[in-house]
Amino acid sequence: MADVLERVTKIIVDRLGVEESQITLEASFKEDLGADSLDVVELVMELEDEFGMEISDDDAEKISTVGDAVNYIKSNA
Amino acid sequence: MKLQGKNALVTGASRGIGREIAIELARQGANVAVNFSGSEQSANEVVEEIRSIGCKAFAIQANVADSDSVTEMVKKTIEQFGTIDILVNNAGITRDNLLMRMKEDEWDAVIDTNLKGVFLCTKAVTRQMMKQRSGRIINISSIVGVSGNPGQANYVAAKAGVIGLTKTTAKELATRGITVNAVAPGFITTDMTDKLSEDLKAEMLKQIPLGSLGEPKDIANAVVFLASDDSRYMTGQTLHIDGGMVM
Ligand SMILES: NC(=O)c1ccc[n+]([C@@H]2O[C@H](COP(=O)([O-])OP(=O)(O)OC[C@H]3O[C@@H](n4cnc5c(N)ncnc54)[C@H](OP(=O)(O)O)[C@@H]3O)[C@@H](O)[C@H]2O)c1
Repeated sequence: MADVLERVTKIIVDRLGVEESQITLEASFKEDLGADSLDVVELVMELEDEFGMEISDDDAEKISTVGDAVNYIKSNA
Repeated sequence: MKLQGKNALVTGASRGIGREIAIELARQGANVAVNFSGSEQSANEVVEEIRSIGCKAFAIQANVADSDSVTEMVKKTIEQFGTIDILVNNAGITRDNLLMRMKEDEWDAVIDTNLKGVFLCTKAVTRQMMKQRSGRIINISSIVGVSGNPGQANYVAAKAGVIGLTKTTAKELATRGITVNAVAPGFITTDMTDKLSEDLKAEMLKQIPLGSLGEPKDIANAVVFLASDDSRYMTGQTLHIDGGMVM
């Protein structure tokens, strides 16, 4: 599981076209990484595919930072 | 052929306008998932006809108002075809009554099938289309959703709702290469309109400048246009195919 952050980072970099250096656990997708609501939905979809899990709409709504995503995956994968 | 190799899902494709849409999409080269609710036999006939044209097709039972069966239908379609390029939300019912006589279950049944059904099917294909970065969603509204019609409060509310839903979905998905448009048919000869009295039909005819009822093919042609590259620069629009009834 050590590479969760690495894999999440790669997806974010590809999807949002941001620099790897901008990605910290505190970084908010919308505030800091320039994502719009639809980008966040897509990110969650890609995380589902990458980690072979289903993230419910309710849970997805709570994911707003990189740390939220990493923690969710670590505790549910 | 305008739709060579495209994959389509058409709801309510066992009869009437949906049947014609499914067959016309196939004539343009598309493979079609033929959704039905109760008419399995008719759906199988549509499948046979599409196969005889040389495209892939299969029949799939699902109530569009039920989210689990819609999810399952979309999953099966992706399994069979690999992609969904075109969704046509056509399934629809009527339960006509004067507002003062209309029962709550008549209201609910029509809103559930004709409006919620469009929402559920659209939501279910969106994930796949967003991944593809392309898709065409075509919603069958009705001209009475624009003009209003006595005796059809439930139906008109649903069909006007579909036009609003079309515009919002178009705005939400535009950046992902997905277009969403509606077709508003006028009076088209199908089982739905065969039920109407001769008096009422004569009355309607007077309101149609082009002087005749439409054929399912008239609607199918508009759907092919909206499903093809010819309409690439339009989204959120409602095409009136109604012999000039509402201008
Ligand atoms: N005919 C017109 O003049 C006219 C005018 C304006 C708009 N429209 C619209 O055009 C569309 C098609 O109408 P039509 O005249 O072709 O009607 P139709 O001949 O009565 O056929 C309706 C189709 O919808 C299917 N359906 C009904 N409820 C369903 C459900 N809950 N889930 C899945 N499928 C369902 C039926 O399937 P089963 O037979 O398998 O149950 C059938 O294939 C409708 O949305 C209608 O409102 C029609």
